[in-house]
Amino acid sequence: MTNTTLINDATVPLLDIRDLTVEFATRRGTVQAVRNINISLAKGETLGIVGESGSGKSVTSYAVMRILDRAGRIAEGSVMFSGVDLRAMPESQMRDLRGREMSMIFQSPRLALNPIRKVGHQIEDVLMQHAQAGNDAVSEKAIEVLDQVRIARPRERYHAYPFELSGGMCQRVVIALALACRPQLLIADEPTTGLDVTTQKAVMDLVVELTRERGMSTILITHDLGLAAAYCNKVVVMEKGNVVETARSETIFRSPAHAYTRKLMRATPRPGISLRDLLPEDEAARAALIAETPVVVGEPPLLVVDKLVKEYARKDLATTMSKLFGKKPAVVPDAFRAVDGISFSIARGESVGLVGESGCGKSTTSMMVMRLIDKTSGSITFGGEDIGEIPARNFATLPQRKRIQMVFQDPTDSLNPRFTAARAIADPLLQLGGIGRGEVRSRCEELATQVGLPLDLLDRFPHQLSGGQKARVGIARAIALKPDLIILDEPTAALDVSVQAVVLNLLQDLKDSLGMSYLFVSHDLNVVRLLCDRVIVMRAGQIVEQGPTQRVMDAPEASYTRDLLSAIPHPPI
Amino acid sequence: MLATIGKRLVTVIPTLIGVVIVTFLLTRVLPGDPAVYFAGPAATPESIAEVRKSLGLDRPLPEQFLRYVSDLAHGNFGNSLSTGRPVITEIASRLPASAELTLLGLVLSIIIAVPLGILAAVKQGSWIDHTCRIVATAGVSLPVFFTGLLLVYVFYFQLGWSPAPVGRLDAFASTPPHITGFYLIDSLVTGNFESFRAAFAQLILPALTLCIFSLAPITRMTRASMLAVLASEFVRTARASGLDDRTVIITYAFRNAMLPVVTTLGMVFSFLLGANVLVEKVFAWPGIGSYAVEALLQSDFAPVQGFVLTMAVLYVALNLLIDILYGVIDPRVRLEG
Amino acid sequence: MTETSMPMATAAPVQPKTPSNSIFKHARYVVAENPVTGLAFGLFLLIVLCAVFGPYIVPYDPLATDTTATLQPPSLTHWFGTDQLGRDIFSRVVVATRLDLVIAVSSVALVFVMGGFAGIAAGFFGGWTDRVVSRLADTIMAFPLFVLAMGIVAALGNTVTNIVIATAIINFPLYVRVARAEANVRREAGFVQAARLSGNGDFRILLLHILPNIMPIMMVQISLTMGYAILNAAGLSFIGLGVKPPTPEWGIMVAEGAANIISGEWWIALFPGAALMIAVFCFNLLGDGLRDLVDPQRRT
Repeated sequence: MTNTTLINDATVPLLDIRDLTVEFATRRGTVQAVRNINISLAKGETLGIVGESGSGKSVTSYAVMRILDRAGRIAEGSVMFSGVDLRAMPESQMRDLRGREMSMIFQSPRLALNPIRKVGHQIEDVLMQHAQAGNDAVSEKAIEVLDQVRIARPRERYHAYPFELSGGMCQRVVIALALACRPQLLIADEPTTGLDVTTQKAVMDLVVELTRERGMSTILITHDLGLAAAYCNKVVVMEKGNVVETARSETIFRSPAHAYTRKLMRATPRPGISLRDLLPEDEAARAALIAETPVVVGEPPLLVVDKLVKEYARKDLATTMSKLFGKKPAVVPDAFRAVDGISFSIARGESVGLVGESGCGKSTTSMMVMRLIDKTSGSITFGGEDIGEIPARNFATLPQRKRIQMVFQDPTDSLNPRFTAARAIADPLLQLGGIGRGEVRSRCEELATQVGLPLDLLDRFPHQLSGGQKARVGIARAIALKPDLIILDEPTAALDVSVQAVVLNLLQDLKDSLGMSYLFVSHDLNVVRLLCDRVIVMRAGQIVEQGPTQRVMDAPEASYTRDLLSAIPHPPI
Repeated sequence: MLATIGKRLVTVIPTLIGVVIVTFLLTRVLPGDPAVYFAGPAATPESIAEVRKSLGLDRPLPEQFLRYVSDLAHGNFGNSLSTGRPVITEIASRLPASAELTLLGLVLSIIIAVPLGILAAVKQGSWIDHTCRIVATAGVSLPVFFTGLLLVYVFYFQLGWSPAPVGRLDAFASTPPHITGFYLIDSLVTGNFESFRAAFAQLILPALTLCIFSLAPITRMTRASMLAVLASEFVRTARASGLDDRTVIITYAFRNAMLPVVTTLGMVFSFLLGANVLVEKVFAWPGIGSYAVEALLQSDFAPVQGFVLTMAVLYVALNLLIDILYGVIDPRVRLEG
Repeated sequence: MTETSMPMATAAPVQPKTPSNSIFKHARYVVAENPVTGLAFGLFLLIVLCAVFGPYIVPYDPLATDTTATLQPPSLTHWFGTDQLGRDIFSRVVVATRLDLVIAVSSVALVFVMGGFAGIAAGFFGGWTDRVVSRLADTIMAFPLFVLAMGIVAALGNTVTNIVIATAIINFPLYVRVARAEANVRREAGFVQAARLSGNGDFRILLLHILPNIMPIMMVQISLTMGYAILNAAGLSFIGLGVKPPTPEWGIMVAEGAANIISGEWWIALFPGAALMIAVFCFNLLGDGLRDLVDPQRRT
């Protein structure tokens, strides 16, 4: 196989990165993505590399595997793997190491698999490449590997294409690929991003179990400090291409040494803290204590949703055929219920969380309440009026439009690339605000100040703003008309934790000062816990549980809520 | 698989109906009197009236359409004014010449363009990549009739390597017996190598002209889709698993990159069928394109109509073939379709 | 299409500072980065100059025959030589620019308005609008495009106007497809939803939010189809449709020189053919360059 001698000695670290610098050639010259970092990993150890976007954590792992894209190169330093310098190794030997001694799993598992090749064959490719099985035994071996990652009916799945499998199942196949040749080192790059919470937990548990029983070393690359601390022995924190802190995971939460770690740690939502605790110490002290806005009781609620249903027609050939020929009633109902008869209410000044995994109907619900799509049946009463009866097409220009607004999930996607920040904020004012041209600018500046957007950024286009700044523009636009209800659709899902902390606090402050109600749509119970008075848990189009946040979190009644809660990683604190 | 093909065949029907309607409308609804077209330039008012009656143009439009469809169903494309012969027999006898030329051009082009595109993508920034880019941009800019003339000037007049551009065979070679109508195949099957050589010598320049013309879009598409696939996550996974370059490039990247290329082939074929008309004129090639051009210049409309219809049907059939090929490569189409 | 030319009348107080200046800077940057685009732009200017001033600057009357000087090879008196009738080929090539360009520009303008709007409406509204437009485009696409153009010119009548119409019709599906796909992607985009929440009706959304974002891609499409339109029109006149001799036009001039190629008088066909090639080449390069220029994501 390979003529490189790997030193198998307990005193030599499995992986030793010294003074590693990685450069990228860009249109604006050379950029250092990683600067003089040192990371060491012992045999059997699990190491977490934590950082926000642009910290260089993924680049580090690509450099170790030597799979940087053509613009990137290792400029300085060494990467020793079992005492062998990977940097000096010829590509052919390096290729032998990849997949056999060290392998990698990536985020977005569906994209990580060849879409037009059977998963069994993809595993075989790796086995054959590293001569782990002969031609005759290879398919049996592949099935065995699939079985090891707990894929039910592996013999059938062997013949499946990636598009026929769920996201969680695809990630299991990716893990199977990585572990097929029993490597010594596994690098997992955000392995759970894009998966539902319950699936996330199952995938992480599987990785830990398999690597532990095989005595493998693991590097877990993640933006989630909680996840890293829960699953790793040791944590490395990276910021802007530098390693700022290396510590054991028990100590990193208890006594973080570096200021950045402290900031990151504080910003990570977790049980038992308040919104203000997310901010860095100095800012938290400055921010006023949260003045609890009293939820107005006694008065009729602001929003009442009753037995709301949204059906989508199934448009496949079978149902069309059976309809056409009317032979027999279709086996499957010819409509799919995305939202299946849900009822809830929101009081004035109240903040309600709507929680569930992807496909549970929470987004469809918010779009109906928002009057962007029409309901199938049920009622939506807002301020005493049944707005559910007004067709979504006509709603845009009605005065009621002013009273319900929304903050979108992706701040980039929700801003017109050809509008400046000021023009974006001015849009609702000009259409529905009834303000003269002359006052628009001053009102825009007022709103920008309110959401903490520097005024000199108002004339910039979205691509010239950071993620957090774009989020602020979106929020300013939503509050411009002084609405009664704002629907927040995962408003922080695309943001780094430190930015998320600031935005969540901003939302809380705005709610208090403007007296609005929130419907907060999210998959993240930790975030919902911080911001919401009440929480509604949805699954498969139905509400499985609703109640005061504290009660639902501490004593969940539905077993599904318990599953959701237990799937959240619990860092050792 | 058969079910998928069956379903795809069903979707061809509305397209064919559309094609028939358009070719019908071309003569009947557009401004101008179709009877005048069909009667030809030298017609008298009486002969025009006679033509109108014989073609049923005095009938209401739906009835005319039904008659047109029933004529087509019986293989009646009308008669040519200038030769008096039925259009269908003329097209049938000339079709192999056009088909042989177009297919050879396409095959040559694929043989050159696909490997060139792959190499350019794999060795991005190398001299082969630059060659590829020049070929791609210059190729789409070359008017096909101009390329043809340049080739004739260089290879016939200057170098004398190729025979005069006067059709499928020079005067001294014997026509091979009609089996497929493709001279290259027919002469090989009958072992007539002299005719094969003569036919090949006549064919190579026009085929090369078509090849140069279609080289650009195929190379460009292959390179672009190869680059996109090489940057994809599953190729990164394959590399991170230590698969060798051959497996990564052929099994993982190439098969995925072929999907958009196959789709492009449909578009390229559309251009080729058009370019074929021009190339046939340059090389005096006795195909259906030059037949249509001659008829066009004499305002003889029935052959033109038959030609447009034949080309459209050929093209629809080719697109069907491409869709089926797509299904063979891509399981998503096959299994979900 | 830039921010300045966008309909922003309602937002006078919040106009961006100097986008035209930044566009200019960016253009210079793109040219510096990619000299080929600069070359294409230079060629484009040359073509426009020939089209506007051609008839006034050429040394000979493009239609004047001279029986004493037929089939002359290129020389100092006749830069590109003369044809069978002794006409000066250089003058004819330059004068032909206007006709070729006019045919291409008018057909592209026609199809841009028709195809662009039909495609945007189809992509944005969906439903029956989409079905009708898509079916129409699919039916046109079912024909080999040049062949359909031949059929249309034959049926409509053999004139230059009909060449323009035929060229527009065969380009229709290309424009519909691009505009429809782009509008369709943006129909569900966050900023379009946000515009709805801000109280914009469908028409305003289409005009203010969707159209300006699609314009860059449509501009690239225009530049690329300009080349194709020139080739198509020249091809039609090469087989004897549309332009009638003795009018100078590149396609017909190549056709006139075709017979002389086998007897070695290469210049009659070569120069108009080369002019054709350069014009198409220039528009194709411009299309690629334009794509870089208008892509706001790549502007720094």
